[in-house]
Amino acid sequence: MRVVLAEDLFLLRDGLVRMLEAYDFEILAAVETGPELTRAFAELEPDVAVVDVRLPPSHTDEGLQCALAARRARPGLPVLVLSQHVEQLYARELLADGTGGIGYLLKDRVFDADQFIDAVRRVAGGGTAMDPQVIQQLLSRRAQDKPIGRLTPREREVMELMAQGRSNAAIAAQLVVTERAVAKHTSNIFGKLGLPVSDDDNRRVLAVIAYLDHGQE
Amino acid sequence: MNGTTTREALVAGARSLGLGVYALAASIVLFTLSVVSISLVLAGVGFFTTPTVLTAVRKYAGRRRQLAAAWSDVLIPSPYRPFPKDVRGGITGRVERTTLLIKDKATWRDLRWLLVDMTAGFTVLIVSASLFLYGVMGFVLAAGLWRAFRHDPYWFAFIPVDSQLTGILAALLGAALLVAGHRWSATLLKAHFTLTRSMIAPDHEQEQALRIARLTESRHDAVDTSAAELRRIERDLHDGAQARLVAVGMDLGTIEALIEKNPAKAKELIGQARQSSAEALTELRDLVRGIHPPVLAERGLGDAVKALALRLPVPTEVAVDLPGRADAPVESAAYFAVSEALTNVVKHAEANRVWVDVSYGEGMLRVAVTDDGKGGARTGGGTGLSGLERRLGTFDGILAVSSPSGGPTMVTMEIPCELS
Repeated sequence: MRVVLAEDLFLLRDGLVRMLEAYDFEILAAVETGPELTRAFAELEPDVAVVDVRLPPSHTDEGLQCALAARRARPGLPVLVLSQHVEQLYARELLADGTGGIGYLLKDRVFDADQFIDAVRRVAGGGTAMDPQVIQQLLSRRAQDKPIGRLTPREREVMELMAQGRSNAAIAAQLVVTERAVAKHTSNIFGKLGLPVSDDDNRRVLAVIAYLDHGQE
Repeated sequence: MNGTTTREALVAGARSLGLGVYALAASIVLFTLSVVSISLVLAGVGFFTTPTVLTAVRKYAGRRRQLAAAWSDVLIPSPYRPFPKDVRGGITGRVERTTLLIKDKATWRDLRWLLVDMTAGFTVLIVSASLFLYGVMGFVLAAGLWRAFRHDPYWFAFIPVDSQLTGILAALLGAALLVAGHRWSATLLKAHFTLTRSMIAPDHEQEQALRIARLTESRHDAVDTSAAELRRIERDLHDGAQARLVAVGMDLGTIEALIEKNPAKAKELIGQARQSSAEALTELRDLVRGIHPPVLAERGLGDAVKALALRLPVPTEVAVDLPGRADAPVESAAYFAVSEALTNVVKHAEANRVWVDVSYGEGMLRVAVTDDGKGGARTGGGTGLSGLERRLGTFDGILAVSSPSGGPTMVTMEIPCELS
């Protein structure tokens, strides 16, 4: 799988390159500034891009803006955004076009290499990988409102993992239950939230997040 | 007639009468006491009485300022130099206070005002009240009281009342006076307060001195706050992230030694080290958020407030109308002020909805935080709002709170600044 990487801190960039290579990714380019990233997007055809939010020269949200621009040019271009902090505001901007292939994770998540690589692959495959922190903010914020409030604690757990982009199998493994149980929970959740049942993993995640996002207003 | 109702005119007349009588008596007494007390300073006795007497004068003038604002919307700023915080007690303290009071120009202006108040000030008030009293007197004469003065005519203004005819003339004059009272009593009362203002409001020099005092105070606050903030950051780093990174280093050292002898134990330590470094990161992140929130740095005040609102447990609407970005210190002050105001709402207001409005106009950054909670918030008394006021004070900003009991609460902040 071919990756474009943008990260301005040498140590982190180096570490990410080595980690991705260790998991058999091919690094097309590892850049350190916004303009370089824009050029890389234009010239190369990566399967997935891993991008730091804050990049030189402006040291503001240049990476995020580059990623959004690249996705406007090529809808559905898979981008995994990394940041030292996660904000719902940015998560919504990334999810806004609803085409999937989006990840938004705290940089800390690279500590667990397996999970991080899993997230990169999921995003490359058109899925989503939202940081648990974002999901928790969304859920706690929506908790007083009716549909989410009707979920049982177990269903909420399932919902959190589902919103992060995990498959039923992964959720079952994490919660130490059978896949059948998870499937039952998810259909209950869809029922309570009034969403049509769908097999498509990505669609259901987007539906959930879009619902959460929409219900905010 | 002329925009004033009869009720307002009568109220103004009654207030003039009451204030007139009170002002005459109190001003004479206070002036006499002040003069006597100050002249006795040379004899030594004055040191004991002067602070008390002059403090009473200040209270009396302060009461008049309140009345001016409440009755006639005349705002009179207070010109007094604040006492230094370390005035001693006992006899030396008395001497010190006396000296400070006598040196303050405001004291002498107060005394001059007492003189004017018992003469011109009193006259204006009595004219206002008399228009009514004397007007009514005209009718009373016409109604028959003139008979009592039949042999020695009663001079009602310029009319010697000794018959029913002159009595009727007196009634007509009385009516004219009542009309005048109706029209001018409020104006006269206001004139009295305007006169008061010209006597006891701070002059230019005093205003400058007051401004300098205020600036000195807000600078002290700013220095204190930032020093405290630095101490907090240092402590947080020292006890938190720094300690955890040391732990990670130690774990790594142990792992190095164990990795061949006891791989199971080494693996366990690796997990522990990873946990420590994750916690160190979380702590650093919180610390950064406390110093300068990332979204504020990346996007500016508008989006930072929006991001803040998304994290609140209460549904919050944010409206931002900013044509540019303010200087970083101003943005930061405004952000933390909003943050504190919102924290207050969440903690105390029991609100169901919050509205935040951020706008800019006429050189002022304006932020209004409104909630539909139970109200009753106020500044002063060491509440969070006072801290907020001080924080804004550093930037010459101001804070206004409108929070009737039962709600809604509206906290408005204004900071003068330029946008780029």
